Amino acid sequence: MKIAVCIKRVPVMEAKFAIAGDGTRVDETGLKWDVNDFDLWAIEAALQLKEANGNQGEVVAISLGPDAAQEQLRKAMAMGADRAILLQCDRPPADGLAVAEALAAELAGGGWDLVLFGRIAIDSMNQMTGPMVAELLGLPCVTNVCKLAVANGAGEAERALEGAAEVVTFPLPAVLTIDDGLNKERLPSLKGIMAAKKKPLDVKPAALGAAHVAQVKAALPPERAAGRILGDSAAAVPELVRLLQTEAKVL
Amino acid sequence: MANVLMFAEVRGGELRKVALEALVAARRLAAASGGGAVHAVLAGAPGVGAHAAALANGGADQVLLLEHDGFAHYNPEALTATLAERLRGGSYGYALFSATAQGRDLSPRVAARLRTGLAPDLTGFRVEGDAVVGEHFTMNGKVVATLALSGSPALLSVRPAAFQPAADPRPLATEAITSAADPMASRVKVTALRQGNSGTLDLNDAPVIIAGGRGLKAPEHFRLCDELAAAFGNAAVGATRAVTDEGWRPHSDQIGQTGRNVSPTLYVAIGISGAIQHLAGMRTSKTIVAINKDKDAPIFKVADYGITGDAFEVVPALIEAVKQAKAQG
Repeated sequence: MKIAVCIKRVPVMEAKFAIAGDGTRVDETGLKWDVNDFDLWAIEAALQLKEANGNQGEVVAISLGPDAAQEQLRKAMAMGADRAILLQCDRPPADGLAVAEALAAELAGGGWDLVLFGRIAIDSMNQMTGPMVAELLGLPCVTNVCKLAVANGAGEAERALEGAAEVVTFPLPAVLTIDDGLNKERLPSLKGIMAAKKKPLDVKPAALGAAHVAQVKAALPPERAAGRILGDSAAAVPELVRLLQTEAKVL
Repeated sequence: MANVLMFAEVRGGELRKVALEALVAARRLAAASGGGAVHAVLAGAPGVGAHAAALANGGADQVLLLEHDGFAHYNPEALTATLAERLRGGSYGYALFSATAQGRDLSPRVAARLRTGLAPDLTGFRVEGDAVVGEHFTMNGKVVATLALSGSPALLSVRPAAFQPAADPRPLATEAITSAADPMASRVKVTALRQGNSGTLDLNDAPVIIAGGRGLKAPEHFRLCDELAAAFGNAAVGATRAVTDEGWRPHSDQIGQTGRNVSPTLYVAIGISGAIQHLAGMRTSKTIVAINKDKDAPIFKVADYGITGDAFEVVPALIEAVKQAKAQG
């Protein structure tokens, strides 16, 4: 199995965000960065598939982003990916199609059995790059995969929907986007971290497509007004019900 | 003037509420761009055309009806081909989707097929000259980005519950259309649909959500949430990641960063501390009630009304009080 996993470097979301001086994006000063959660589950899925196939083939981690994203690619290799490719650009554009075109240009003709993505990048929250890459490459695509079985050149997956799931069959090669619930990612071992330092990491410029979507403003949502504590026991229930009826008008 | 093509989401043969929401957004887009027509694509197995009247009532000038056994389940490849072909025809300035699992699967495929822009998961938008400018949550819900989308056709998806369904009746006009690709020849095939908790409302459709956290201490105590939901009558039950990771509730019930984003009229958080991952999925709810023993729990920072008491004492009293209020109302 030859598997590509596309991963993204994203801010650690516990941060208290501020808006940069130009008003169009977050101020990156002091932010910590990590691999997007969903992409960790995609890496884990790729490693498990490789292991289930007698460790034959390879897992290649690919990221589009700044030079600093090498750190996230090293983490993927510390988890077990065999090599990595950085498609270098100053900052990933807001337009998912522009990103998808760069990734598709790199992936085209690579002989991949599977190309995996996380379902969504929690920074842009675009949730579109995976199916766009599939379309650009002409490959079958299943999104939101929360169960997966692959054998004999075909796969069966469950797609998570709102409050339901679809069972989906597909042939390889294919593009999948991985949802929460498929697996828990492994932590890099010390041995893995040491080995990752020697694994190949190619850096090349990203061939970004034309952008149709621009992020023109960023703002912090209004804080919710401080609420009221009505009491510390069931004695507060009548007052709660009264407020739900008369003030919030939801009952 | 630009016509708007909107995709009406169907699941298991039923028209979803999000389709009527997207229709309201499509009407607004048509009005803002000079008064074009709204065409709704309704695809499904033979018989799905029964929902055309609901779409006309919600503001569809024309229902493009695609009835075929190959659309009994969601068929992304045949739908991509069909929507791309309609949009290539040139009479549409925009295409509008629901930002659901289905819409967020389909809209990027169509955008990539046409090499055109997609502004996803918008909570609101306006038309400024040739561009659509809309708001979209980023950074796990902590930052609102304004996106400017140019080009034609321009594709948008709108967040569930961001628009309220409304009657805007038009005369029913249905045009039968055919699939641009053999729907039986799709490589990706949905073979079964597993509905979640049947008979209960979906989290994205419910005006009221009762959510339980680890403070409930054991899976059987979720009956308190179920009973409170039943007392409201229009409620769905959700859970935190800690709870779904423990297997107390199914993964599809998880609200938060890695689960569902919800914004109901009323959100009742029971035994939920309010980790930022959870708040990311529910902070846009209209009214939030929190019941938690720990008065320092972060959930009280976003709650409109809080009770810092024992859920096992407070919730049964609330169930009775809601039942009584409903009986009187």
